[in-house]
Amino acid sequence: MEILTTVLSVTVISVFLALIIIVAEYFFNNYGECEIDINNGDKKLKVEGGSSLLSTLSGQKIFIPSACGGKATCGLCKLQVLEGAGPLLPTEEPYLSQDERKNNYRLACQVKIKNNIRIMIPEELFNIKEYITTIESIEQLTHDIKGFRLKLPAGESVSFKAGQYMQFHTKPYAKIKESVYRAYSIANVPSDNEAIELIIRQVPDGICTTYAHTQLSEGDQVKISGPYGDFFLRGDCSEIVMIAGGSGMAPIRSIILYVLEKGIDIKMNFFFGAVTKKDLYYLEYFHDLAERHDNFRFIPALSKPAPEDNWEGEVGLITEVVERYVNDGSDMEGYLCGSPGMINACINVLDKKGIPEAKVYYDKF
Amino acid sequence: MTTDINPLVIFFASILTSNMILSNFLGMCSYISISGEYKTASSLGKSVTLVMVFTTVLNYWVYKLVIVPLGLEYLQYILFIMIIAASVQIIEMAMDRLLPDLHVKLGIFLPLITVNCAILGTTLFMVIRDYNFVQSILFGLGSGLGWWLAISALAAIREKMAKTKLPRGLEGPGIAFIITGIMALAFIGFSGIFTIT
Repeated sequence: MEILTTVLSVTVISVFLALIIIVAEYFFNNYGECEIDINNGDKKLKVEGGSSLLSTLSGQKIFIPSACGGKATCGLCKLQVLEGAGPLLPTEEPYLSQDERKNNYRLACQVKIKNNIRIMIPEELFNIKEYITTIESIEQLTHDIKGFRLKLPAGESVSFKAGQYMQFHTKPYAKIKESVYRAYSIANVPSDNEAIELIIRQVPDGICTTYAHTQLSEGDQVKISGPYGDFFLRGDCSEIVMIAGGSGMAPIRSIILYVLEKGIDIKMNFFFGAVTKKDLYYLEYFHDLAERHDNFRFIPALSKPAPEDNWEGEVGLITEVVERYVNDGSDMEGYLCGSPGMINACINVLDKKGIPEAKVYYDKF
Repeated sequence: MTTDINPLVIFFASILTSNMILSNFLGMCSYISISGEYKTASSLGKSVTLVMVFTTVLNYWVYKLVIVPLGLEYLQYILFIMIIAASVQIIEMAMDRLLPDLHVKLGIFLPLITVNCAILGTTLFMVIRDYNFVQSILFGLGSGLGWWLAISALAAIREKMAKTKLPRGLEGPGIAFIITGIMALAFIGFSGIFTIT
């Protein structure tokens, strides 16, 4: 009997408290329908008020980068809020510089939507979307590198800059119980905007690369999101040096195809480094492009060619090869994609040749 | 019987001689960690005061009307904590809507207060000492103000001290504990004025 009273009374009190909170939330947290005006009227959203700007936007499929999940600890979700944000909160202060405060920058996770609000979202974030794609083809490029072509749903397209990347989401498989995502650069040209091509090298024990290599076949569905990244062609020069290793060819390929397609007047040098011939791919493809276009030069190089390779091209570390080919870098930009070690070494070499680090753009992975 | 004590005596005693921090050492976690800056410390102190008064009143009636009649004394801890958590939630929502300026200043500290043991401590002292309603309100208010006084004082001292060179092992919380100890000693000086037990 006593147990029953205890259980009953605790239950009744809990339910009562919960009810009060629900009622209070209904009264206090009900801000009605609010309008979010993005980029001076580019897009207007009608949303339910009362939640944070960050979560409301992601509910509307506009994804603002955030690493901490809205706890004001990463400072990534900075946005310009022109009107309707309320005063700056103490939680935001550590992440905003004087300039940013003056320009009404706020952390989207801390701004609560209570009324109509006007915000600015950088074009590149505005573009970020989620796509459920279908694998159109898988191509075995080398013994451990595969090329994937992912078809977007009918009627959808993605607008990206050559060199940017997508996030590739896995599903749980085998012993991996969680869905993870990893970033892979886009390998196709931006005008081919109904599909995304990714080049993925299988990393031993890599969760995502192993998933891509062993679990996926043509016709399967893959969730991707993007595009992200600030690695893309600036083109503020007459000649560019591009250096890639392994699957790092992907963004470089996109940039090359883009320049050739648009007929941009820039001379391109593409250095592609590998260990032996079996690590090289797309050789014919790029040699063919180089033959047809005067402003494109393709220099593959092997660091340790095997005797059976019969390799007649360049031999040596990619940095040594670059050093031999590049003379005066004063009017050049550098584009690098590869391992951190390779990139750091290349930055040094390019610096020696007169390309300052500020004009060298790279994606490390 | 404690019921005879003048409520005003309880009020001043809970600020000075029976200070929640300096003589009962309750609510130390936020006291030490949020006392780096005077402004924020003072805001936290105010929020604690507000919540303390509110929850003391609420818990007083829950104790008299529910816990005692049903003989649920052995569940009082759980019930008090639940009520504190719920009321903090409601206060935060109400403040966000009705007093947005104040919410900006105090809002981020409110959730933190849910787990501040000084709040539960106040309620439990009230129950143990069998205070009546008026005594309880003034006790809650006094305890809150006392907590505010202590954290503001510590924060002010720490702000002054920010430029001082300290032995490395004492930086941050270390020196804060020592200061708290000295402050507690100083507060013993008040002990002749009034006493409550």
